[in-house]
Amino acid sequence: MTEVIAHKLAKKQKEISVAEFFERNKHILGFGNPTRALLTSVKEGVDNILDACEESSILPEVYVEIRNHEEGECKVIIEDNGPGIVKNQIPHIFGRLLYGSRFHAVRQSRGQQGIGISAVVLYGQLTTGKHAKVISKIQEDRPATVTELAIDTNKNRAEVVNRDIIHWDKPSGTRLEISIVADYTRGKRFVYDYLQSVSIVNPHAQITFKEPDGTEHLFERTSEMLPSKCIEIKPHPHGVELGTLIKMSKNTKSRKLSSFLKSEFSSMGDRTTNAVCEKSQLSKDLNPKDMSREQFLALHKAFKKVKIMAPNTDCLSPIGETLIKRSLKHETQEISPEFIVTASRPASVYSGNPFQTEVGIVYGGSLSKDKPVKLMRFANRVPLLYQQGDCVSTSAISSIDWRRYGLEQSSGRGIPSGPAIFLTHVSSTLIPFTSESKEAIADIPEIENEIKLAFRECARKVQSHINKKVRRVKTREKFELITKILPEIAKKSSNMLDKPVPSLDKVITKIMDVVWIEDLIEYEKTSPEPVQSTLFDDSTEKREGGWITKSTIMVVNYKNKPQKFKLYALIPEDAVVGTVTPKPMKITNNFIKWNLDTISPADKIDIFFELAGLDKGDFDENDLYIESINASYVIGADKWEGE
Amino acid sequence: MTRDYTKVIGRIDSIASKVYDDLTVSEIPYLQLPSRTKSNIQFDQKLNVWKYGKNMTERSAKSLDGAYMMLRTMYMVDFIKDMIKANKSSTLREMYYISEGWDLAKFNSQPESDSLAEDLEVITSCMREDFKLRPEEDGARVIGNLTVEEVTRNKTKKKIHCQDDVGDSGYSIPYNVEPEKLSFKGVDADFVLAVETGGMFDRLVENGFDTSNRSILVHLKGQPARSTRRFIKRLHEENKLPVLVFTDCDPWSYRIFGSVAYGAIKTAHISEYLATPGAQFLGVTPSDIENYKLPTDKLTKEDIHALKSELTDPRFQESFWKQEIKLQLNLGKKSEQQALAKYGLDYVTDTYLPEKLAEMGMIKK
Repeated sequence: MTEVIAHKLAKKQKEISVAEFFERNKHILGFGNPTRALLTSVKEGVDNILDACEESSILPEVYVEIRNHEEGECKVIIEDNGPGIVKNQIPHIFGRLLYGSRFHAVRQSRGQQGIGISAVVLYGQLTTGKHAKVISKIQEDRPATVTELAIDTNKNRAEVVNRDIIHWDKPSGTRLEISIVADYTRGKRFVYDYLQSVSIVNPHAQITFKEPDGTEHLFERTSEMLPSKCIEIKPHPHGVELGTLIKMSKNTKSRKLSSFLKSEFSSMGDRTTNAVCEKSQLSKDLNPKDMSREQFLALHKAFKKVKIMAPNTDCLSPIGETLIKRSLKHETQEISPEFIVTASRPASVYSGNPFQTEVGIVYGGSLSKDKPVKLMRFANRVPLLYQQGDCVSTSAISSIDWRRYGLEQSSGRGIPSGPAIFLTHVSSTLIPFTSESKEAIADIPEIENEIKLAFRECARKVQSHINKKVRRVKTREKFELITKILPEIAKKSSNMLDKPVPSLDKVITKIMDVVWIEDLIEYEKTSPEPVQSTLFDDSTEKREGGWITKSTIMVVNYKNKPQKFKLYALIPEDAVVGTVTPKPMKITNNFIKWNLDTISPADKIDIFFELAGLDKGDFDENDLYIESINASYVIGADKWEGE
Repeated sequence: MTRDYTKVIGRIDSIASKVYDDLTVSEIPYLQLPSRTKSNIQFDQKLNVWKYGKNMTERSAKSLDGAYMMLRTMYMVDFIKDMIKANKSSTLREMYYISEGWDLAKFNSQPESDSLAEDLEVITSCMREDFKLRPEEDGARVIGNLTVEEVTRNKTKKKIHCQDDVGDSGYSIPYNVEPEKLSFKGVDADFVLAVETGGMFDRLVENGFDTSNRSILVHLKGQPARSTRRFIKRLHEENKLPVLVFTDCDPWSYRIFGSVAYGAIKTAHISEYLATPGAQFLGVTPSDIENYKLPTDKLTKEDIHALKSELTDPRFQESFWKQEIKLQLNLGKKSEQQALAKYGLDYVTDTYLPEKLAEMGMIKK
């Protein structure tokens, strides 16, 4: 009698361990080739460090070293000054896939799935056969533990090969050493680019990168301020899958549907809860543990039909325009760009997940004029280096007609060419990546739209910069004309005719025929005692001497009639206003406003204000606007369009 | 013999006065002059030459470039005034180098200063010679039965016979050919033959064409200098000699003929001084290419473009030119004067020129 086929097959069917799965699908996780593997290893390590430091309010100091001791093999060393890891957790964190603290949390963080660092350990083990070494110290007066570990790929468990205690100078921190098969020669540039990018969106981090030949690169910290803590929020009904909903009902302590909805989800008040129950025709008093699949389905459908308030967006931690600008400036020093503009959007929501976009444009300098603009993409402060073409930020940028803004773009679509770098940062409690390797953000219309809006705003700023530049050249020319050439013409003609040199005031007014506004910004170092302490009140560290930004604005009336108007100077929200002369009409968070009363022809008024709480260079250009005067009369300021 | 420059100084001062007066009444100073373009030349029925039309351009000090131009103008007129007072003259190139010392008013290149000198001519209705400015190149060469009298640098008058008193390179036309400098004393010839290339001029001289055909040979040296054109015009008007122009067969040579006969676009303000409306084109014509089976070259892109532009040039609207230019465009070929050597060195003097002259009614067959 022949064996039943199903039985025969059953003999072959067995559980596939996660580790085995990884072995066969390592490309999905970013270990597809030796170049990629090097970058992924560094990336997973650094992402973890930054998350850990943020959670424990430590300003991160990251050290990355790569040793290339054998052909085709690298030793990756990643060290931090974080809180350290307790001895018993080390094997789980580094030696077990899908183990982590963040997978279940609805919160903005870098790592999400808990595959990251253990995958690196596994990759190292698979390719070199060597064990990973972890040194960790959790308290200043205690020794550090050294753990050597391997992964049992059948059981998805770590095996501790050796464990010891050593003295380590650091107060606390973790150091990981893993040998992997990697292509350093090719991967080097990616590692450098990645760390530089990390530094741009994590201005609070200090990163050191040591190459095999001993060269050290330091990416300096440009902000002493920790990012605001990301608050964990409950899932929003719009973002919950049916399966998750059922699973949540199994774990809840609530005995009634109404309290289950109110306590386990965000944005669910009494009124919304009643509306959902009514819509789904379910009793508020149902015990969630007793509900049927059909009932859950009805509930899930009702979520979509009832109007539910958007989730609270306080949980997001964007970088902020000033900081983006500052770190872009710091990292693009060699390019010496003409200007940097940034824009950030208010938080928004897709499928119940809060998200926020911030963008920046670096323009000009030694950047190539005929190459496509460089795109820098970030999600939750993590650089995205691959799959640029699949990313929603790329399609958003491509759909804007950049030709109006001084960039080249065939037919007004696609990635423009020109001397610019475009930065996109999306922060969200759940970044919708296109794949497990987390390299591109999926095509979500809400996100695409926000990115577009942010870039449009930036583009307008670029436009205004370009206009300003053109105007400035024109102004310089006119100035040269009236101060140098015209007096010479007058002198020469009167000499030839033996007549006195005529007065030129009126002709100059006629030639200029504008109200001319020119400005100058200077910085002054202040004494170490804090001048203003509003910004860093809760900072425990002693503040070093800061910078005072001094802005001088000169207004000259070159019209032939007296002029009066209102002048606005925009100021960054996080700046503190010091001395202002003459007395302004109004000072808000965003601007200073003056009422300039009657400036006679050929008269000049000097305006001055001071800003504290900014670094040198944070505020490097006045944004001036005018009101109650024909804007075409004025050079150096635009028409005030309201707040 | 010193010329009276009062009128010239008066006109130069009027430029300075215009600017000065504008400034005293608080006007942005400006100067006006006709625009010097192909589209702004018109045939003047009275003078029988092509002159600038009514389109004016304004040079205002309102823009930076305009102000620079005006300052340079002031410097240049002042310099000219000084030269007149000191009884000196300078070449255009010398003036360009002198402008190096004009600080803000210095020129960036010589064409800029040359063109401003022309502007001044246009504004003041004076000639470059009135400004004591002369071109770099001298006039061309002349051989024929003609006696000229020149006032030399020693202020003495000297008679020169353009066959007996000169070598094979001929009499050299000075840059100033106005009556106070040069006059014609005795001419015995039937016509003037203006020749484009030096090679052909020398061929005609060697073959004795000036004697055998009672002609005055003038070498044009490509696009002829002002003094050459003025010399030809005076010969034509004062001695009633017909003028024939003998050039290569290409669009650039037709332009040479145009500037001799009709006036050039760049100097249309003084066409009545320079152009010889009675001048006739002898050849080489595109028809000659066919009739004489001349060796040819293919027309280049630039040639074709220039020919087409001549079809719309108001000066080339006669049916002769329209037909010949269209024929040449059809042939797609061009030729040179010296291509006639295909039939031997004497062919041009023995056969071609006599045939052409007979065709034009200059001599009997």
